[in-house]
Order: sequence, then structure tokens, then C-alpha cells
Amino acid sequence: MARLARLRLSEAEVDKMAGELSGILEHVDRISELDLDGVEPTSHVIELENVLRADEPRPSWPREAVLEQAPDPADGAFRVPSPQAE
Amino acid sequence: MSAELLELTVAEAAARIAAGEVSREEYFGAWHEAAAGDELNAYLWRAEGVSGEGEGPLAGIPVAVKDLFCTEGVPTTAGSRILEGHKPLYTSTAVRRLAEAGAEVLGKTNMDEFAMGSSNENSAYGPVLNPWDRDRVPGGSSGGSAATVGGGLAPCAIGTDTGGSIRQPAAFCGVVGLKPTYGAISRYGMIAFASSLDQCGPITRDVADAALLLDVLQGRDCCDSTSVGIEGGIGELGREDLGGLRFAVPAELSGDAVEAGVRGVFERTLERIEELGGEVAEVPLPHAEHGISAYYVIAPAEASSNLARYDGVRYGMRAEGAGDLIEMYETTRAQGFGDEVKRRIMLGTYALSSGYYEAYYGRAQRVRTKIAEDFDAAFAEFDFVVTPTSPSVAFGLGEKTDDPLAMYMNDFFTVPMSLAGIPAISIPAGLAEPGGGGPRLPVGFQIAAPAFAERKLLDAAQALERAIGFDARPGAGDG
Repeated sequence: MARLARLRLSEAEVDKMAGELSGILEHVDRISELDLDGVEPTSHVIELENVLRADEPRPSWPREAVLEQAPDPADGAFRVPSPQAE
Repeated sequence: MSAELLELTVAEAAARIAAGEVSREEYFGAWHEAAAGDELNAYLWRAEGVSGEGEGPLAGIPVAVKDLFCTEGVPTTAGSRILEGHKPLYTSTAVRRLAEAGAEVLGKTNMDEFAMGSSNENSAYGPVLNPWDRDRVPGGSSGGSAATVGGGLAPCAIGTDTGGSIRQPAAFCGVVGLKPTYGAISRYGMIAFASSLDQCGPITRDVADAALLLDVLQGRDCCDSTSVGIEGGIGELGREDLGGLRFAVPAELSGDAVEAGVRGVFERTLERIEELGGEVAEVPLPHAEHGISAYYVIAPAEASSNLARYDGVRYGMRAEGAGDLIEMYETTRAQGFGDEVKRRIMLGTYALSSGYYEAYYGRAQRVRTKIAEDFDAAFAEFDFVVTPTSPSVAFGLGEKTDDPLAMYMNDFFTVPMSLAGIPAISIPAGLAEPGGGGPRLPVGFQIAAPAFAERKLLDAAQALERAIGFDARPGAGDG
């Protein structure tokens, strides 16, 4: 699961968290007792439909300003380590 | 003079500045000095001086801003190591609206990392201390914002509330905290935690100031397609009693988890409602007790998705020495996030993972529907639903850090309203002795109303606030 979440956890962290998460999930599991057949899921609480704005081009942020925030900018782009292990 | 300025409410100060009796510089200077004396670790950044000249209802009013709101060129960390030193390229709509109304950013306030917490102990920059008792937590996640207002370090503040993060710290710090209806205020430029729940709101000394700030903050924003604003705004509040109003006390929420002192203040407040002509009766909210379960699936699920963006590529910190890209992601996130954030990312990733999605996320969304329907049924007969804001007064630093579930239970009374998307306010209702004994501490009284009924909610809250007459201050009396 840590792999899926892109988190490198130590063995000690995994052990501690496994116990904590089990406790939380045990509590959460109470909702499995409820009869929820035919109940619509809620993903958004207020009624809204098709919120659109005019499709007009607007200036974007300057590349330099955006790259200034990056930990490793190079050649006008974000530099990252190689995706393939050496 | 300076000390007297600090006694004014925002409404009073704004009137005096508008009348030319006090200059913006003088008023800001008084608060700047107060904020500089912060011994609570409430501020992460403080403004140097008056920056804007905007005219409007908040002209010259300094506001403490939770460090979750992006402020152009001003450090914005969301209480996380992963955003240390981050200076956003743009300003959130909420802060921009305050500035356009003439307000000044006084400082950025400490908070639980990415707003995940109920005690402010999850900040990468150290816990905030409760102004009433420095051995206790200020609540969270907007603990810094609540502590600045409660501790006399700011005249007003804004925070965000996902499951109680404005209301609970307001209760712990003896101030007013309002979570508006989901969609009342734009979320643009608010660093996302759980997007279907997050909502900005004011933390103030009194209800009138909360109304004043809400009127400025609310409104539709083209940058947040879920924002709709409050039709007609808020305007003046004028109700003097509670005649003709019906207040519902949820039977299922008055369990034995409530401290005796909190229960006593809550019951006295119900009596006051009746003295003011309001009617109080029990109502069933059968699914509200499952709020914590649903919330601690939905919020972490959304968080695990929202926090995927912190990958060490475009902004924020990057871990050194990683061999390849995946290792860089993993070590950056391991070093940049604190324990609670990791816990919730793991919980959310699990709840959304193939094979568990329907059992957790799907069911939680259905429970959410049932909770909203419970409220709908209650509001068919009642004007408001009332509860204690929190089951206890402020607890001790470190008291609950080893037990995540015990920490989550703090949100028992505040989470159902968040899931239903409805507005709720916490007002100080009195002082009570903590469960373990000790000097008395503030107790919050929560009032919830139907979606977009903020005006009616604030009006009733103000009438009740006047009757309660809460005037205790940290460090005075009881201590």
C-alpha cells in the first residue's frame, strides 16, 4: 500500500501504522452493518449543473516565475532523476 | 491608546477608521505589535506593515490568515515541511476578497499539516499553545487562527473547516467560528485537503464580526466552479429574541462521551434558548453517529488523491540522493510529510484501492446521503440543530497523540454537518472544568442550519450570544 501511495516507510513505521490503521478500520467497519441498498452515493452536496465560463484565451503564468518554485529547474523545464534505475 | 484599540471588535474598529477617528496605520500598528508578542507559536509569518489601500467595509482591518490560503509572494506552507519556503504565484480568492474590502493580511497562522488534525500538534512547525492554558492544545486544524483571536494577537482570522477545523478550535479558544455552507465561499487558492468538504470561514470575537467577514468572503467565483455564494448576502442582523424558532437536539449525539462540564454548559444554554422564547426538542438523527466512520473514509480518500501532487518536481522540497524517479517521489514524500498525513494517505489509498472501493468509499458516500437526509428531515420541523461543539474542553498537549482514533472522536459533533454541507457556527457558551480537573476552560455551543441559511443562523446566534454574555478572557479570573 505504501508503494501505491509513493511513500517510503521504514519497517518500524509500517508496523506502527498497520496497528493504527487496523484500529481505525475496525471503527469504520461499523458502516458495513447499515442497510444502504438503493441509497444514492453523495459526491457533491449542493445542486449544480454544467458550470461553464466563456472559452476565452487568457495569459498564463510566465515560465520563469513557475520554474523559480521548482527544486531543480534546468533548460526551461523541470529536471527529474531518470525513471530507469542505473 | 493602543491597548484600547485592541479591545474594539472589527465592526467597531472599521467604523472608527471610516470616520477618521483612528488611522489605518495606527490600528495596524497596534495589532502588529500585539502579533509580534506571539508566545503561542500561532504565527508562521507576520506582515511588516500596511500593504493595501483598498476601500470597503473592512478598510484597515488586519486579518490573520491560515497558512492554507495561497498568498502571492508570501510563504505558504500548509503547516508542512514539504512546502517549506514555498511562495505561491497567486492569491486565493478569499484573501483577495478581503483585500478588496480594505482588509490587511496581518500574518499567516500555524495549523495542522494540510489541515489534518484536531489539536494543531501535527504542524511541522511545532504545536500552537492554547491561550487559556499553555499546557493544552488550541484545537485544530485552524488552531493558529483561533489562538490569535482568542489570545489577543489578531482582531479576526480566517480558517478552513473540513470536519470541524474552524468550529472546534474556536470552541477551545473561546471565540466564534463559522463554517459556511459548502459553496458559499470560493475554494480557489485554498490548498486542498478533501475537496468535497473543505470550506473557508471566519473566526472572530463575536457573531457580528463573523457576519461582517462572511459578507465579504462569500460569492460566486469563476475560478471555483463549486462556488455559488449566498443569495442576497448577509446584511444587518437584528433579532433580539428567539421567539418562534425551533431548536433540535439530536438524540443520538448526546451520548456518554460528553464531559460533565461541557454537558452542564450545553444544558444551561438550552435553558437560555427557552428563556429567549425558542423551543427546544429532541430529534432523531439516526445516521449522525456514523459520521466519523464515513468522514474518515471520504476525507482521507480525497486527500490521498489531492496530495499526489507533492512529488518533488514542480514546487516544494525534494529529497536528495535518490537514484531514480520513483525513489525520488517516495523519499521526498517520506521526508516531507508528517505522520498524520502519511496515515491518512495510506488510509485513503486503501479505501480507494481495487477490491475495497465499494466496501469503503462507496458505502461511506451512501452514509453521507443518509446523514444529509436526516438533517433534511430535522429541518422540515426545526429551524436549527444544536450540539456541544466538542465532547470536551481543550485537552492537554500530547494527551491524544498516541491514539489516532481518540483524536478523531473530537470531531464527533462537527463532522455530520460537514458531510451534509450545511452551515454551522460555534459560539462560546461558558466555562467548564476539564474532565481531569483544573481551571475552567471555554465551551462551544454549535448551531447548524439548512444550506445557505447563514443569515438566519447568524441572527439567532447573535441573539443567543447576547443572552449568554460570555466575557471571560484568558488568564483572568479562574487561573
